[in-house]
Amino acid sequence: MTAMIDITDAGKTFTMHLQGGIELPVVRGVTFQVNPGECVVLSGPSGAGKSSILKMIFGNYRCDSGCIGIRHRGKVVDLATAEPRQVLNIRRSTIGYVSQFLRAVPRVATIDVVGEPLIANGMSRADAQARAGELLHRLNIPERLWQLPPATFSGGEQQRVNIARGFISDLPILLLDEPTASLDAANRAVVVELVAEKKRQGVAMVAIVHDDEIRHLIADRIVDVTGFAAAA
Amino acid sequence: MADQNLVENDEPLLVAKSLSKSFGRINACRDVSFSLYPGEVLAIVGESGSGKSTLLQMLSGQLAPSAGHVSYRMRDGVTRDLTTLGEAERRFLFRTDWGFVHQDPAQGLRMAVSAGANVGERLMAVGWNHYGRIRETASDWLTRVEIDVARIDDAPRTYSGGMRQRLQIARNLVTEPRLVFMDEPTGGLDVSVQARLLDLLRSLVAELNLAVIIVTHDLAVARLLSHRVMVMKGGRVIETGLTDQVLDDPREPYTQLLVSSILPP
Repeated sequence: MTAMIDITDAGKTFTMHLQGGIELPVVRGVTFQVNPGECVVLSGPSGAGKSSILKMIFGNYRCDSGCIGIRHRGKVVDLATAEPRQVLNIRRSTIGYVSQFLRAVPRVATIDVVGEPLIANGMSRADAQARAGELLHRLNIPERLWQLPPATFSGGEQQRVNIARGFISDLPILLLDEPTASLDAANRAVVVELVAEKKRQGVAMVAIVHDDEIRHLIADRIVDVTGFAAAA
Repeated sequence: MADQNLVENDEPLLVAKSLSKSFGRINACRDVSFSLYPGEVLAIVGESGSGKSTLLQMLSGQLAPSAGHVSYRMRDGVTRDLTTLGEAERRFLFRTDWGFVHQDPAQGLRMAVSAGANVGERLMAVGWNHYGRIRETASDWLTRVEIDVARIDDAPRTYSGGMRQRLQIARNLVTEPRLVFMDEPTGGLDVSVQARLLDLLRSLVAELNLAVIIVTHDLAVARLLSHRVMVMKGGRVIETGLTDQVLDDPREPYTQLLVSSILPP
């Protein structure tokens, strides 16, 4: 099987110039693969570098060493050295990312926040809204809220809007940073179901999940991040 | 693996090569090079005096560089060096394929003529002569930038600051340019007015697939609008990359200072 994500010896250190140039090693020697239809859960205590690894795979954090191979339109691209334009293309058509918090844009209606990734890939607004509506419905966001911007929603509602936005596209790689953190049991079950559907579609996923029960339900494999600890 | 990181499809729209500008002994801008692609939004950030406005003026052909050059792919697909363009050609480019949104709308608008005429003027400059169609298109654009069409015959000097800025944007976009330069477009506005303008700009840029070079000292503006960012200091580009990468993982001391200086809302 050909891996969708193939990370070899990736490392990251922050240099804090404002604090006298302190070097803050985050991770080193990060090496693992993720195959299509597989969900790899990163484990390790807070501060072990799980979110940093996820951000490196998304190209949000730069990688100081090693290589992050991403299968993009049939070819392997090293995200660690890719041009900004190519990273944007990869995000548009290959890698989706569900962050912990929704970064809401003022004034944009919830239904459009969710449908935006589809519109960016050329789908008509009406079709995108229809699919966004289905997902919002499944995630129990009442229809009367769809036309409102999510900025005033509760934490759990914002998270569900964020999940809908992350799951709406048919991208072959999905990164999940604590997707169930502020959800109730019913909505956590919906997320588990959505992850299972993505697996059946062959999507490769990397997730951070603190909830043992959810981890047990979605993980095909666990990668322990403490092995990549960079601290001396 | 690096050789497989081939850039996908299209050619750049604008290419800057080793641009420098000195005023006497002052080097306002030193050795700036980059390529801008269709539909790409590039933010140039840095404090006052970092050289960003000088750079913008050179990129838009308003200031001759001391060294280096800027080339632009015209609508006919031919790439031309800006310095070889005649004055008439350059003005034509400015009226058709380019827009320039100034911080002060009074610089980009004619304050004493009606809003409709401000928008219609750009159309007439490219040969439109049917009064009804010009007025209709101007009304459409006022609506798109959220100005009440009932105000079409009023002069912008009777408008609020936010409305003037939206009118300036309509005037620039009516000829469907491919590249728009923006110099601190939200500069003098209240925050609530700023948010509305940013949101409007964001959707128009995406809808029209505009390439934009935006100069701003406001990192929140850069984050909301741009794909890529160049950080300038002392006339040089000190850091460049994807906007979220530079803002979330700044590498240079000065960029770290800029990012850490943002006040939490």
